[in-house]
Amino acid sequence: MGSYLSKIFSASPLHELQQHMAKVAACSGELVPLFEALDKQDNALVGEIQKRIHKLENEADDIKRQIRLHLPRSLFLPVDRADLLELLAIQDHIANTAQDIAGVLVGRKMRLPEKTGTAFLEFVSSAVAAAAQAEQTVAEVNELFESGFRGAEVDIMESMITKLDDIERETDKIEVTIRGRLFAMENNLPPVEVMFLYKIIDWIGDLADDSQRVGSRLQLLMER
Amino acid sequence: MEYFVLYTLMAAALGLFMAWGIGANDVANAMATSIGSRVLTMRQAVLVAAIFEFLGAVLAGGEVTSTVRKGMIDTELLVGDPQLLIAGMLAALAAAGTWLMLATRAGWPVSTTHSIVGAIIGFAVVGIGFDAVHWEKVSAIVASWVVSPIIAGVLAFILFTTVRRLILETTEPLQNARRYVPFYMFLGGTLITLVTLLKGLKHVGLNLSMVESYSLAAFVGLIITVIGIYFIRRIPTPAENDREKQFQAVERVFAVLMVLTACAMAFAHGSNDVANAVGPVAAILSTAKTGSVLQQSPIPVWVLLLGGVGIVFGLATYGRKVIATVGHQITHLTPSRGFAAEMAAAGTVVMASGTGLPISTTQTLVGAVLGVGFARGIAAINLGVVRSIFFSWVITLPAGAGLAAMFFYIFRLLPG
Repeated sequence: MGSYLSKIFSASPLHELQQHMAKVAACSGELVPLFEALDKQDNALVGEIQKRIHKLENEADDIKRQIRLHLPRSLFLPVDRADLLELLAIQDHIANTAQDIAGVLVGRKMRLPEKTGTAFLEFVSSAVAAAAQAEQTVAEVNELFESGFRGAEVDIMESMITKLDDIERETDKIEVTIRGRLFAMENNLPPVEVMFLYKIIDWIGDLADDSQRVGSRLQLLMER
Repeated sequence: MEYFVLYTLMAAALGLFMAWGIGANDVANAMATSIGSRVLTMRQAVLVAAIFEFLGAVLAGGEVTSTVRKGMIDTELLVGDPQLLIAGMLAALAAAGTWLMLATRAGWPVSTTHSIVGAIIGFAVVGIGFDAVHWEKVSAIVASWVVSPIIAGVLAFILFTTVRRLILETTEPLQNARRYVPFYMFLGGTLITLVTLLKGLKHVGLNLSMVESYSLAAFVGLIITVIGIYFIRRIPTPAENDREKQFQAVERVFAVLMVLTACAMAFAHGSNDVANAVGPVAAILSTAKTGSVLQQSPIPVWVLLLGGVGIVFGLATYGRKVIATVGHQITHLTPSRGFAAEMAAAGTVVMASGTGLPISTTQTLVGAVLGVGFARGIAAINLGVVRSIFFSWVITLPAGAGLAAMFFYIFRLLPG
């Protein structure tokens, strides 16, 4: 029983995309308390937060899988299917990176070098802010769809994306400073530890870069 | 004719059965977009459907009924044998009814219109001969099946684009919705009334001049608009300037408009689809009554009433369950989109009804939905289902024709 007509309408993948980004942002957001705990050398708390990150990353993965499963080629969407999947992949990468950072920090029982705690915290906070801004921009997609991908709503999106770019640029600057400081003290630290610290810095930078890429993809999505 | 009562009863029973089937299944398709966008509750939807399907059937169903009754076959070839026409039309009804029941059981998206047209062609070719079919008329009908979804799609695209330009993409969508939605109401109300006046009221014995018709239609449109404005005024403006809240209020404005388009859709469906059931009945009745195939008698109003009652009966017994299911299935269609699709489809169907062309309401509505989709208005359309809906008529025509041929040989055994 049912009507054929009702079967032609499918659930909006845009809505699921927002849910995914919310999980991703929550996942990367946990990095701030993680670095705080690391700075205080509270190992128990670090381990606990790492588990939370792992759990959130898993949940994001589930949503990602759902979206991909429910996005057959026969679906006619108001946005380009490839753009949508690419956006999903970028979002997914943010959560993966957050998980990698937490994993390496815990797995290698890493410590932040002395007097770099606040600098790392500032750096990671800035990167997480970029992810949060990306989440807010993705959350605006509903209104964008509602307005037919045109006009006033596009301006709102554009200004949000500009803000996202600003945060990313800010994060880049902090990255340069923190690299400089690590370079100055690297000879006094165990080499392998230093190697991994650079790796962590890279990954934190990636968080902001990927968040910015979310914004650029959204721009393509709007224009089609 | 001595077996007049027998034939009348058989025709009425089969016609009623088919009208019941239309009410049970087809109406849910016509109402789907309204129910899906949560504009009407189930109870209201059933009520609107019942009233306007009935009105559409009785007031504007005459032209299509004439086409189904005598437009597709050359009745002059039947002058000597009125019983042939009776057996054939009975067979067509039985075939279309059976095919619809089979298809519904199997879950195939078939059209009642295509079933009955296929069935009538089937009996005519088998019973009378290939030349008995007015092929030029039949080609016009088949062409209308291709053209009607396209027209509805283009109309829906244009409608939704104007909605986007005037309302959705502006900085103050709510204010603009309040300002412009009444114009759409006037347009819709006037159009539907006009077609009814121009094409329908002859059957009720009312004859209006062109000027009278146009003025009366505009007047009715105006009344509908005033009522609409009253309800739009009652929608509160959200306190915050939050875009999301604004759009929610905008959709509530469109919801008022969509009540109107839901009525229009039910009306349009009644005007076009009731003919599938009562067209053959009308043909049988007049032939059985006069014993002659060549009559110019008008369609008795009670035949259209029979169709209307059958549809409402189907709706009340089974259709409301289907409507309830549809309501749970479609949850992703907002009124600003649903209205554009429905208004375009209703307009196309009513105009086709006015010209006497039996078209498929569902396929027209699907065309309109695609039109809104092309304007980037719909979140996700399942093209697989769309394809199966459009291609269903390829199988329905031969199936209806084959079944009709079979039933024809059975009914030929009836006493003459």
